[in-house]
Formats: sequence, C-alpha cells, structure tokens
Amino acid sequence: MLTGIITVLLILAIVGSFYYESRIVKTEKIDAVFGDPEKAKGGVHWIIAGSSTILLLWLFFSWDVAKSFYPDSANELCQVAKVEESLVGIKYIFPIDERQLKSTSVIDREIAIISDYKKIIQNSGIQSSDKAKLTGLLNEAELMIGTLTNEKHLDPEVKNKVILIANKITRLKEDFAQASYPGIKSVEEEKERLELLSKQTSWGETGMEIPPLPASKTGLKFDAAAREIKLISEEFFEIKNDNPVFMAQFEKIKSAIKDFKNSLNDDQELEQDYIRQVSKIAGRIARANIFPPDALDSVQQSIVDFDEVQREEQGGLSVIDALLFPGGTIVASGDVCSEQGPGRWLPKPSDTFKIFINLLKPSEGYKNVPLIWYEMMGINQVVGFITPDWIADIIPGKYPVHSSDGKVEPNLKSTVLDIATGNFSAFSIPIPSGHIWDSFLRVILGLGLGIICGVPLGLFMGLSRFAAGYFDPIVELYRPVPPLAWAPLIITIFGIDNSGKIFLLFMVSFAIMVISARAGASGTQLSKIHAAHSLGASKWQILREVIAPNSLPEILTGIRVAIGVCWGTLVAAEFLAGTTGIGFVENVARKYSQYEVIWITIFVMGMLGLLFDIGMRKIIQKTIPWRGKG
Amino acid sequence: MVFPSIKGETVHALKDVNFTLKQGELLSVLGPSGCGKTTLLNITAGFLRPTSGKISLGGKEINGPGVERGMVFQQGALFEWLTVAENVNFGLRMKKEDPVETAQKVEEWLDIVGLKGFGNTPTYQLSGGMQQRVALARCLINNPDLILMDEPLGALDALTREKMQSLVLKIWKETGKTIILITHSVEEALLLGERLFVMAPRPGRIHKEYQLPFASMGLTEDLRAIKNNKEFVSTREEILTMIWDMEEEIMGKEN
Repeated sequence: MLTGIITVLLILAIVGSFYYESRIVKTEKIDAVFGDPEKAKGGVHWIIAGSSTILLLWLFFSWDVAKSFYPDSANELCQVAKVEESLVGIKYIFPIDERQLKSTSVIDREIAIISDYKKIIQNSGIQSSDKAKLTGLLNEAELMIGTLTNEKHLDPEVKNKVILIANKITRLKEDFAQASYPGIKSVEEEKERLELLSKQTSWGETGMEIPPLPASKTGLKFDAAAREIKLISEEFFEIKNDNPVFMAQFEKIKSAIKDFKNSLNDDQELEQDYIRQVSKIAGRIARANIFPPDALDSVQQSIVDFDEVQREEQGGLSVIDALLFPGGTIVASGDVCSEQGPGRWLPKPSDTFKIFINLLKPSEGYKNVPLIWYEMMGINQVVGFITPDWIADIIPGKYPVHSSDGKVEPNLKSTVLDIATGNFSAFSIPIPSGHIWDSFLRVILGLGLGIICGVPLGLFMGLSRFAAGYFDPIVELYRPVPPLAWAPLIITIFGIDNSGKIFLLFMVSFAIMVISARAGASGTQLSKIHAAHSLGASKWQILREVIAPNSLPEILTGIRVAIGVCWGTLVAAEFLAGTTGIGFVENVARKYSQYEVIWITIFVMGMLGLLFDIGMRKIIQKTIPWRGKG
Repeated sequence: MVFPSIKGETVHALKDVNFTLKQGELLSVLGPSGCGKTTLLNITAGFLRPTSGKISLGGKEINGPGVERGMVFQQGALFEWLTVAENVNFGLRMKKEDPVETAQKVEEWLDIVGLKGFGNTPTYQLSGGMQQRVALARCLINNPDLILMDEPLGALDALTREKMQSLVLKIWKETGKTIILITHSVEEALLLGERLFVMAPRPGRIHKEYQLPFASMGLTEDLRAIKNNKEFVSTREEILTMIWDMEEEIMGKEN
C-alpha cells in the first residue's frame, strides 16, 4: 500500500519537474545563451527528478510495484508457471516451440551419422569382408527407421491410445474454459486446503521464494489443470511404437551384431570399436520412439488448442506479467516457485526497509550486534581504556606491601593504578556501539594516528635535507604497495580485532599525510618566509605561524583523500577477517545470499562515505576560505 | 657578490658597490633587469650573505635578518590566513608584547595608512592597493631603523600607484625613516628618491648617482605638477636613454 503511494508520488515528482522546467524556460532571461554556465544553475527540481527516477527504477525492477499493486499476482503466476512446466515435456515432442517434430530431427541426425560411418568404414584398413558386414548392418539399421515411420505397421492399439490421450486433453480444455472448473471438493478436502493455505507465508516474507499453494479462484484452476496435464503426459510417454515388424528387425540386427563380435579376435581393436558404434546407432534408433509422420497429429492439435485456451484464461495476469515483471518472470520447479530475473538479486525496497529496521534493533541486529545502537558504560571503564597503565609505574615510590597483620594500605601509586585500570566505581554514560560505529571508530582512530604522526614528519621532510632524504626510503617503499596487500600480514601480526585494522589504516593515512604535509611545507612562498624573518619571528614561530597555516590546504586535501582510501581499505579488511563492522556484515550476508542485507551494507557504506566527504568539504570551507588567494 | 651560475661559471651579481646613507635619507635604486637591485636589497635585509665586503647599520655589521630592517615586498607577501590587524601586529606578537598596547598601535597605524575599520577584514578580501597599505603598516609598526622596499608599487594600477606614492612620501616625512626603494619605474624613482642610483649590469654596479629635489618638493606640492616640471622631464629623459642603452648592450651581448 505504502509502496503504491510512493510509486505514484515518484511519478508525480518526475512529471512535476518537467512541468516546472517548462515554466522556468518561459520566464528565463534571454541573455543566457548556450554555453553560458548560468544555464547549469538552479537544477534542484532535476535533482528531485533524478532521485525519483532511481527509486522508481528500483521499485520497478525489483518487482515491488507489482507486489504493491497486485499482491496476489505472484501466487497466480506461480500456478500458471506450473501449467507451463507440466506442458514442457509433451510440447518438446512437437513443432510447437521447437522447429521440427522430435521424430524428424532424430531421423535427420541418425541418417547423417550412418552415412558418415559408412564412409569411415570404407576408408579404414580393415578386411573388406568385415567392411561389407558392417556396412550391411548399418543399412539394416537404416531400414528400421523406414519400418517405424510406415503407417501400415503401426499397431492399432497404439493408435487408439494416442486418440485417447488427445481426447483427454481436449476434454480438459473444455472443462478448463468452464467457470466451475476444477469442480467442488469434499468438505474435508476443502477444510484441509484452507488450513494449509492459512499457514502459507505471503510473497516476500522468505526472500525470493513465492508462496506455492493456490490462493485465488484463478490459481486453483491453473493448479488443477497442471496436475491433470502431468498425469496425461505421463500416460502419453508410456505409449511406444513397438510394432512387430520393427521388433523382428531389431532382434535380427542384435543377433547379427553379437555374431560379428564373437567372430573378432582380441587384437582387432578397430573392428571392435566399429561394431560398438554400429550397436549404439541401432540402439538409439530403437529407443527414440519414432512414430509415423501423422500418427501424433491429434495429440499435437489438442495441446495447441489447450495452450490457446489456458493463455486466454490468464487474461489480465499475462499483461501484469509482461508489464510489471520486467526482465524475467516467476518460474515453477516441482512444487516450489521462485523469482527468475532482477527480482531475484534486486531486493524489494519495502522488504529491504523492514530488514534494515530489524538490523538496527538491539534485540535483533546482525550476528547479535545491531548496526548502530548505544551501550551504557561506566566512566571507570572509559577512563581505564583511555589511560595507559604505565602512568602509575612512573610515579615515584613503591607499590604498597602488606603489613605484618595482613593488611594492605593503599598509597598514591596504587590509587593511580586503580584509576588507570578503571578499578573504581562511577556512574555510567551511553557509548555508541554496533557494526557501523565499530567501522567508524576504526577509520577515525587509524586516520587520527596517521595525521598525528604523518603531518609533523611531512613538514619536517619539507624543510630539512636530512629528513627529506632519511625518511624518504621508508615512506616511498611501503606506500606504493596496495594497502590490501599488507592486510594478510598485518592481520596475522596484530590479530583480527581492532588493532590490526587500525594499524593498517594508520599505514594508509600516514603515507598520504606525509606526502601532503611535505608538499605543503615545501610549497611555502619564499617572500612570506622572508617577511616573517624580517618581522623578527624565530624558527619555531615561522614554523607555527607561517609554514603550518600555509600547508593547511594541502593537509586538509590530504585528509580528504585519506578518508576515502581508509574507508575503502577498512571495508575490504573487514571482509578478510573480524567479527564486527559493516564489511563483516556484507561478507557474511554474501555467504548466505542475503541480498537485502548486502544492499543495505552497500547503501550504508555509500551514505557514510558521502557524510565523511561532506563533513570534510564543510571543514575546508570553514578553515581555509583564503586558499589560493594569497 | 658572486653567484655560481648553472653552467658552472660565476656571475658577478654585484661588484664594487660602496655607499653610505645618512639617517632619514630616501634612496631609490633604478636599473635594467638583472643589474643586481634585488640582490643588493636581499643582502641588506640579511637573507643573503655577501661573498666579500660588509654592510653595517648604525655601526653594527649586518649578520642575518633582523627587526631593525623592515621589508615591503612587491606582492605584499601578506599572510592570507590572518586578518588585517593580525597581519599588522605580527611582529609585535612574535615579540610577545602587551596585547592591549599592540591593539592600540595597530589602530594608529591602520589610521595612518588609511585602513581605519578594516582590522577584522580577512586579508584576501582586500584590493591590491589596500594589501600594500597593510604591508606598509606591518613593517612600520615594528619601528625599524631602515625600510627596504622591493618594487612595492610594481603590481598596482596607475591611479592607486599615485596615491600610494604620496602615502610613502607622507610616511617618510612624518617618521623620518631611512628608506631604500627599488623600482622599475623611472618616474617613481625620481619622485620618491632624494638620492638616486642608476645601476648597470654585468657586473652589477652603481653607474650614476643623482641628488634630487623632487621628493622634498613632493611633500608640499602636487605630484602631477612636479611631473610636468622642466627639470623633472629632462632628468627623466636622460635616465631613460641611459637605461635603454644598457638594455641594448645586453641584447647585443647575448646575440
């Protein structure tokens, strides 16, 4: 319902944008000629139209529009698919969807093979008497085809059976066209059916599978027809064209082949191979169930007629199938039906949204961790996490020693240790947690370390010959290696948890920050340095007041680049190993083919990347409005 | 002053340049490009160490840059991330002087250079002429003994340039500072210089020295009127011919 409303709104938004544009065009200033950048300004309505188009395409190709407007269509199409499936076998015999009658194509193929083999045998180096025997056998096999296709030899009983099948199909066709079909069932049966139906989940609840039990009147009709066709087709395939003349021929060939085989010595490998092939050809022809050309016409006609009627009975359903199920349809396989096409891998927005909400809930989450939530954490734990324990060690004095009456008097050193290890009671504060937060924290920590270490080194390298030369090899040697190539090594050393990933991100951002800070420092205008010197600034003051701010644009651009690279590296590293994080979620979802979850993680990553970038752009606008204006 | 050139030869940027400036004198230096004007200024400022010879200010030998020699650059060389006031008080802040006093001084100097009320404006929003005024104030607030100006008005348009010329004269008169002004413009050198050196290239040397009355006249008279003064015009033509000859000589040498 909601999806339906949204679909209509989206269409209105797109149409509205075109209408709005046409109104703007009328009132537009005439001095803006083609090529004037002015023409590209003020396109907010097109942004709306663009986003609406994306959403609409998503709704359409994930078949969510179909689900929203025709919630029963999938179930009905499933019954139709069952009919199609049960017809496939019998249709295959006839030139309905195929080009040729099955018998014709078999004959075509076998005759070609026989003539090929005759040539091979003629050109081979075996004895001419054997050649003659083998060619004779092939000729007899070919004669078998003639016997099978001869109307005269056809068993009258087989003829009757064929007519019976044709009649059954025709009767089904007539029944099917009736409104009353499939007839009234007994009360118990109907009760059982309704009970099963009530247990059935609706479309989309279990992923891409479709509820298979027929729910509507149309559905019941097709379901019943599919069952009947299946029975009829089984019966049809039991009919064999085993007329006595052919049987006698086949027996004769078989014994001749046997005799020939027995006459061969063990070392006559070529002859053995040929006779094996001849035997195969004869067997294939015998088993192909070849009928005289017109013998099955009645069945073919009845199938074509039935197909026409069942297509007519589909009515509006086939239109819905064609229009609202783009790129595929619903396919039955045995008793189950599934989506085949974009509906399979492009989850429906409505389902995706439901799952997204579930992933956010702390009670559900993904692998027991919500996407993003909060945890109450004692201040003592936070302090203990942040403060390193060695702070207590460097305080002068000794840790308390127990006294002779077995008591331990705390002193300053032990008190500080208690604080540093979080061993005190305090109130709790909410701390964010969850997959998204974990990934976010890793990026921030890795990036922060990279900035703290990389910027000073980069500035130093930009200003000192020693630093530029001495540190260049280490940075330039590890930087060109793709970060992910380091991942296996670093994860092995630092473990699959946070420290490995943070170190990996530190490596990535460190190199970028060194290079950008270095470029910033060495790009300072000499006249500004001169000016600062003649204004009496010391070395340290020049570094802090002139070189550092002058490098800020380069550094901020470096941070912006580093965030992007870190984010990409992190997700890939989480793919490799770990127990939390947005990349971990996607990797697990991939293993279980949870398309909705995969799409959710892709969306979350995109949004977070966008947020990072917007944040950086805002920071750049705020802090360095003077960039390039010196 | 000897520089090694790229080819491995040595270039005599300056040779046998000897002069003494009295306190309160305004010296302008003129010459074709490559005659060592800027090298002379950089040595005076202490950014370069002379290969031989020495420069002293008030009896003390110059050894590296210092606050007693203020400098005004062609493009201002302002710190574009700071506001006007922060640029002007840069020197005082580096000396960690009393902030209240500093703020007062900044107000005074902004008033003198005609930028009253612009203290909180970001520098990059100013026009070229205003930026040059900030650079002047930034230099003068440190109360230097000697002011070095490296084509300070070179990048300005003609109108602004004329206004700035009067400003420089006004400041010179009011503060009585010693000023060395390097310029490309003959007119500017004549107008502002009490003394004028015309330098010649290869090796850089003082070709001719003038004692001029126009700067003192400029304190009272209109600059336009001075420019039409007969003596002014004839001196200008003489110097222009001199520089043209030098330029042609350089071209000849190179071909």
